[in-house]
Amino acid sequence: MTSTTAVSVAPTLHAGETIRRSDRRLGIVMLAPALLYIALLVAVPFLLALFLSLTNSSAGSLEFSFVGLQNFENVIASPVFRRALRNTFVFTFVSQLAVIVLGNVLARALMKSFHGKAIARFLILLPWAAPISLATLGWLWIFDSTFSVINWLLKVAGWLGPGQWYYWLGDPTLGMVAVIMIHVWRMLPFSTVILLAGLTSIPNEVREASAIDGAGLFSRIFRIEIPMMKPLLTVAVLFGVVFTFTDMSVVYLLTRGGPYNSTHVLASLAFQEGVLGGDVGRGAAVAIFLVPVLVVLAIFMLRTSRRAEVV
Amino acid sequence: MVGELTWSRRLVGLWLPLTLLFVFALFPFAWMAATSLKANAELYDPTANPLWIRHPSLVHYIDLFKETNFVVWIGNTMLVATVSTVISLLLGVMLAYPLARMRFPAAGLLAITVAVTYLVPQTLLFVPMADLINRMKLGDTLTAVMLTYPTLLVPFCAWLLIGYFKTVPKELEEAALIDGASRWRAMTRVILPLCTPGFLSAGIFAFTLAQNEFLYALLFLNTSTIRTVPVGVTGELIRGDAFYWGQLMAAAFLGSLPVVLIYSFFVKYYVAGLTAGSVKG
Repeated sequence: MTSTTAVSVAPTLHAGETIRRSDRRLGIVMLAPALLYIALLVAVPFLLALFLSLTNSSAGSLEFSFVGLQNFENVIASPVFRRALRNTFVFTFVSQLAVIVLGNVLARALMKSFHGKAIARFLILLPWAAPISLATLGWLWIFDSTFSVINWLLKVAGWLGPGQWYYWLGDPTLGMVAVIMIHVWRMLPFSTVILLAGLTSIPNEVREASAIDGAGLFSRIFRIEIPMMKPLLTVAVLFGVVFTFTDMSVVYLLTRGGPYNSTHVLASLAFQEGVLGGDVGRGAAVAIFLVPVLVVLAIFMLRTSRRAEVV
Repeated sequence: MVGELTWSRRLVGLWLPLTLLFVFALFPFAWMAATSLKANAELYDPTANPLWIRHPSLVHYIDLFKETNFVVWIGNTMLVATVSTVISLLLGVMLAYPLARMRFPAAGLLAITVAVTYLVPQTLLFVPMADLINRMKLGDTLTAVMLTYPTLLVPFCAWLLIGYFKTVPKELEEAALIDGASRWRAMTRVILPLCTPGFLSAGIFAFTLAQNEFLYALLFLNTSTIRTVPVGVTGELIRGDAFYWGQLMAAAFLGSLPVVLIYSFFVKYYVAGLTAGSVKG
């Protein structure tokens, strides 16, 4: 064993040196265009966003001047912004909580053997696959003020009496419920698929051993399966949070932030102020409030991914 | 399995949650389809049972094709999605291969940078991006979205491909190198073909995301004939306060179909892509 290693060391070292040098050249040639692209279209706009938030620039005009932190002060003083900030957190937190609970239930059901399992696993992905903008239109019609099918069903079931009616998108609380419902609907398939992969990766022997040792269903779930699936659960939550936290299309298409600006999120408010309202500086300032949370998420993601050896 | 499941436990643990959650997941699509098949007289009849289609009619579909640019929008969407997927895969490989396979100073740091880029949301970039695109005189062109979509797709593609490249044993490449192949040849002939599933996963992810993209399309595409399906449908079938529900639902249903069809063919790769890396731990 030792003699063969000794023989092969010298030529490998030599070849390794040549390879490393040509590697570096090829590596730089490959990396440069991609990194340049990211620098130009991600880093530059990002820095520009920071820069614009300190100016009073408006759309279509080349003139601007520095206003310091004026945009941020104005934004923080605005009740609409504070509501949007709160909504962004509420929507994300509540929908992710529901998604994780329901996702676990669904993944557990999809683990069992039953007829049509393959079709079921395909169908469940549809809400995640379909364009969210078009799906939101479907929900808009489901929540319609006159023809809401939910209200029709509630009426038939006797929940809504004569003269009673839910104006889903005309009421601040119901509007928030509607937005959360769509986020849950959209993210549930995603989490289910990831959790399903996690459940499948737990060897059956572990379950059997726990059963033999006398563990019940609950201690199996909470003491064995959840700890074993922790990296995957984190990934599911992380992606879910990023998607929900930064989404603007659901609110934009469903409520336009209404009624009375009660359902805005940071993303939709930034769009309204920065694009529709033409106040670029203010819009950028609103969006920048996403940064602290995203930094926390990034740190979190790096810690988990290093553990899962992704990066 | 651990013990046999009784009939009642199967009902509570399997069929009940499955049925409820599937109704929740699929009802919007069924409702789109049902609505799109009702003529206006039936659609807006407050006394009718909305779950029942009395007189199925294709009138909304015919209107959609004849009166709107829906077909053009589909063409645009496919074009934009294809081009941005190709760009993203190319850039993704260019990032992933050196970072996964070559000994490189600061490779770890670069890989982290790429992963973090994935977290920079459109929401943060769109205000300056609109400004940049307008200054580059690209406003209202398909080039604008083809250029900007890869910003959303490249980090994920690279991230996923790094994971795939790492699963291919180093010895394969080393054998090729020792046999006299150049690094480039070893990569294109040995490693890349082995990572076909990775490309499929990344490609499907990129393609569907590009098809579904809404915000940049809303910002950059104003002329009707260059719009993609999401902005065309939401922008032109809602006119002020007037909602053409029949046409809207027909368009939403048809517009979701291509993505769904892609899924039905490639669902295995897609799921593999979603869970790649995360299940390796």
